Amino acid sequence: MVEKVVEMELPVGEKLSIIKNRILPDSCEKEYEETGMLSKKLPRIALVTGIHGDELEGQYVCYEIARRIREQKENLTGIVDVYPAINPLGIENAVRSIPTSDMDMNRNFPGDTEGDPTEQLAAAVVADIAGADFCLDVHASDIFVKEIPQVRVSEEFSERMLPYAELLNVDMIWMNATATVHESTLAHSMNLLGIPTMVVEMGLGGRINKSYGNQVVDGIFNLMKKLGIWKGEIAIMQHPVVSTDGEVEFIRAEHVGIFLPAIEHNHYVREGDLIGEIVNPVDGTVRERITASRGGLIFTLREYPVVTHGALLARILV
Amino acid sequence: MYIKDLYTVESLYRENMVVKGYQFGKGDKAACIIGSLRGNELQQMYICSQLVRKLKELEANDCISSGKEILVVPVVNAYSMNVGKRFYGVEQTDLNRTFPGSSYGTSTARLTDAVLQQIKDYSYGIQFTSFYMQGEFVPHVRMMETGYQNTSLANLFGLPYVVVRKPKPIDTKTLNFNWQDEMTAAFSVYSNRSDEIDENAARQVVAAVLRFLTRMGILHYESHSGYISHVIKEEDLTDIHARKGGFFRPFVKAGEEVRYNQECAEIVDPYEGEILERIVAPTDGIIFFAHTNPLASENEILFRLIHRLHE
Repeated sequence: MVEKVVEMELPVGEKLSIIKNRILPDSCEKEYEETGMLSKKLPRIALVTGIHGDELEGQYVCYEIARRIREQKENLTGIVDVYPAINPLGIENAVRSIPTSDMDMNRNFPGDTEGDPTEQLAAAVVADIAGADFCLDVHASDIFVKEIPQVRVSEEFSERMLPYAELLNVDMIWMNATATVHESTLAHSMNLLGIPTMVVEMGLGGRINKSYGNQVVDGIFNLMKKLGIWKGEIAIMQHPVVSTDGEVEFIRAEHVGIFLPAIEHNHYVREGDLIGEIVNPVDGTVRERITASRGGLIFTLREYPVVTHGALLARILV
Repeated sequence: MYIKDLYTVESLYRENMVVKGYQFGKGDKAACIIGSLRGNELQQMYICSQLVRKLKELEANDCISSGKEILVVPVVNAYSMNVGKRFYGVEQTDLNRTFPGSSYGTSTARLTDAVLQQIKDYSYGIQFTSFYMQGEFVPHVRMMETGYQNTSLANLFGLPYVVVRKPKPIDTKTLNFNWQDEMTAAFSVYSNRSDEIDENAARQVVAAVLRFLTRMGILHYESHSGYISHVIKEEDLTDIHARKGGFFRPFVKAGEEVRYNQECAEIVDPYEGEILERIVAPTDGIIFFAHTNPLASENEILFRLIHRLHE
């Protein structure tokens, strides 16, 4: 059942609402509809996405989770709260930040009930998720680089989170990826509150990769089974590579130009293999040939061709 | 005056963006002043331009203390200013949330690292910056409570207020925080607005910086003593929120004194023109911040009030 987590009046005839779909076992729906609560404690997972308006992979994940549960509702034994759009204005306007303030929603947690509108929205989301047994924050990459399905966990919470991360059917678990697990993020805030929370990243900003989405959805059902929320069959899981920052090689542009990749995403390279070229469309010259300094899996590859100094071209898991 | 190129950003189809520093005097790195980091910080760059003009004049009259060097960087992010964007580059990154940067990181991180490397050895750092909320401030000096902050020094600007803010995690990425981390005594100076030029406010801030430099022995300059600043903690400000969305019709401005229950603004129905909400002062005080956008959302902070302070 779709509920409003928080709503806020915009200046001109519109309310901004953050919604969630609370999916309950059939046996509990009537009681919840009538009383707004349940007499018995059920395990609960919060699936959150759409914090960044340009990351849409989570839209498919939400759809597919709700669809599969509806088809096998008899297997649901807990509560699944789906939050499909934490930044609804960003999604509707195809921008990463909150359009009204230009603020990154994921730098405003845990929020403040007495703060500005963005902080109040963030605080309402945190309060609503509080009490869940698990929270999963689904992100895509930005529009510049493509990522394989991966879980990012901060070192601070790694010991506690690793067993959960291994259930999610992702290709990789990246420990201590500091940018994504920044202290002002939803994930960090929820972990500090004692709610085990992980961030999943996959695909590309502004796009949906159904194959990646299905892979992660299989993993979410596996996780829900371990949490006692699902009793249906689950797919065969793959074992992710677990890496630390020291095992990830960043490859960045040292020239401006147009990046033309010479390899496919999610493929292995050997040391010395050509990853791509940065070319100059004005005079037809190659400004930089980028080769792999170490062999490994290309788990990040640039999709947006225009590059400046420092632009991320690829990441190799060595 | 010596103009030096601090950092150059290359581009495929745009002219290179050169971050320029204007150096006055020679010797100890005494003070560095940074203007616009964001593309909408027009007032901040304007103040710097006026400061450069004034320092040129003072240097010509031998008013810069011997063995002291002042560096003024009017703008770091000229690319964004030229296209009317607040943030930097194709990834639209907030430069003032990307410090300390990294020489091997993203293009934004390389820019902020290069700037910080050039300015970190100055004893005093002054940044003209802006707030994320669109509105008007009483000119003030803002410091973060890092443990290194010194409000007595901030008082020497002679602006009406010094505000001390407890840093949130996101603040650790600002220039001010990282400057202090490098042991520079860093001050953020807020003029009244960002995206338009206010001559009077600009003159006030230029005078405040010259006053500070004089008091620190960096300049020989006779200036008015300014204010004995009132020091306030940011958490002690009283926020006045809108409870309805609509047109915002203010009756008071930043810097004005209000009395308890005084009507400060109205929220007006955007369709029918009726008054939806009357905004009244919850206490006596002075308006420290005033929202200036003609529209307001529910829960918007319309005013920040210095509680029970009188003119």
